[in-house]
Amino acid sequence: MSASPILEVEELSLAAGSKTLVSGVGFSLDRGESLGLVGESGSGKSLTLRAILGLLPRGVEQVGGTIKSEVRAAMIFQDPRKSLDPLCPVVRQVEEVVYYRQQVSRKAARTIALELLEMLGLPDSLKQTDRYPSQLSGGQCQRIVIAIALACKPGILLCDEPTTALDVTVQQQILATITRLQQELDFAMVFVTHNLAIAATLCSKLCVMKQGSIVEHGDALSLLQHPQHPYTQMLIDSVLPLPELEGSASV
Amino acid sequence: MSTALRIEDLTVHYDHFTALDKVSLEIQQHTTLGLVGESGSGKSTLARVIAGLISPVQGQVLLGSQNLGKKRSREQHKKIQMIFQNPDSSFNPKHTIRQILAEALLFHQIVDRSHVDRRCKELLASVRMDESALGRYPHEFSGGQRQRIAIARALSVEPSILIADEPTSALDVSVQLSILELFNKLKSELNLTMLFISHDLGVIHAISDNVAVMRQGRLVEVNTKEQFFTRPSTAYSRELLSAVPKMPTSQLSGGFL
Ligand SMILES: Nc1ncnc2c1ncn2[C@@H]1O[C@H](COP(=O)(O)OP(=O)(O)OP(=O)(O)O)[C@@H](O)[C@H]1O
Ligand SMILES: Nc1ncnc2c1ncn2[C@@H]1O[C@H](COP(=O)(O)OP(=O)(O)OP(=O)(O)O)[C@@H](O)[C@H]1O
Ligand SMILES: [Mg+2]
Ligand SMILES: [Mg+2]
Repeated sequence: MSASPILEVEELSLAAGSKTLVSGVGFSLDRGESLGLVGESGSGKSLTLRAILGLLPRGVEQVGGTIKSEVRAAMIFQDPRKSLDPLCPVVRQVEEVVYYRQQVSRKAARTIALELLEMLGLPDSLKQTDRYPSQLSGGQCQRIVIAIALACKPGILLCDEPTTALDVTVQQQILATITRLQQELDFAMVFVTHNLAIAATLCSKLCVMKQGSIVEHGDALSLLQHPQHPYTQMLIDSVLPLPELEGSASV
Repeated sequence: MSTALRIEDLTVHYDHFTALDKVSLEIQQHTTLGLVGESGSGKSTLARVIAGLISPVQGQVLLGSQNLGKKRSREQHKKIQMIFQNPDSSFNPKHTIRQILAEALLFHQIVDRSHVDRRCKELLASVRMDESALGRYPHEFSGGQRQRIAIARALSVEPSILIADEPTSALDVSVQLSILELFNKLKSELNLTMLFISHDLGVIHAISDNVAVMRQGRLVEVNTKEQFFTRPSTAYSRELLSAVPKMPTSQLSGGFL
């Protein structure tokens, strides 16, 4: 019923020299849709995202398959500190991206940047005194990286573990912000996470990866409730339980 | 039981900002204290003070009965090891994994030169990595693999106190589970005392004996694990526990199955 997908990945294979790292990975995404990519550490999730972004690390090459996409992608990288420029203050970095990507005046760029930072719950004091990445906590850096990706107004947002460095209340707030912006701006999203609960809440579709391939894919809820592949089952069994909080209205 | 680590009245400033405000804390020998709390509340700062990487403007850190001053001996350094929140910046990118692991082993004289290779392989196996990793460089690994290398390096020198700052956040849940089991095993084998920082309350529940909660540079709650998870004593802890994302199955089971 919908128009053609805005992202189509078919039979994607990536290799470093003779070593195959990703093989035969495929999925497609419509505008406004979210796909969760979960699975084994080292299974090729980050490399898949980088291939979509067109920014594979040195030494890794696409050796097969196609990636079709008509829109601009932006990525929130796994290691927030490494993806920021250590020598440039953070508000400046967000401002620069807004200025170049949204083509507004310097003054407007600053206003938009500060709005984004406020929306993501960063310290108010940044408005007066800008800081270098090394002067922020891990979770604060991660939010700067999210702000930069959102400032690009992407058609596809690629998220690589965007909330692992955040406490759960901030995480909740950020996920709500991303969902709201997704509804407003209608971008598609590929969301890599080790947190199955987050994947289920945020994404309608899920792909489970192991050793460079997708071992199972499908509708998020039914996949988690009725896993077919033993690896998916093992992942679900490894989710750590929490005791019931007394006096909480459990839904 | 005796106290392995005691922190008294620690205060840390970054310029005019108070990152730690008179924090006092005790960790009993052979127990694990889980440290949770707001992003930016000072958890990593506390870890860095204990590891001797920054010095406080006020307060002290006691290892057993020893007061740890600004300058620590090699032995004192060996006793307290730290796994960093972003392991990447703690690796020399020009060194192979073999060099990275061997350096710590030799510096602290854990094994002699002829046994280094074997020990490196054992260490990698303990974090579920293949020994073929030894000849490769940090950038050739995924985020979770690098985190496991950092864990192997910290454990290699057989510390008595291990500070782990989000050590499993980049791991899939199944590897995470095996690493947590490894931590628990080492805890009894090496008589390890741990300070374990994480935002993942499931992880904190699995690993901790006691839980401390930080907010805005202060400790707002220190409690036993059981109390914290079922009857926390502050509204903030309750807020945290309520915000944990839930698996969909628990809401939907009993449906049309
Ligand atoms: N630059 C590189 N050169 C060679 N091999 C690489 C390179 N980058 C990654 N790899 C290998 O490719 C595989 C996939 O890596 P990738 O980073 O995509 O994993 P991932 O699924 O994101 O894992 P994690 O959950 O641990 O972040 C890993 O086995 C890794 O060792
Ligand atoms: N070098 C610095 N200069 C100025 N402020 C700093 C510096 N390093 C940290 N801060 C500030 O100190 C506070 C505590 O930082 P810290 O890294 O200890 O937080 P954290 O509890 O580990 O947070 P997270 O959960 O996000 O990792 C933060 O508000 C941070 O912005
Ligand atoms: Mg990755
Ligand atoms: Mg931290």
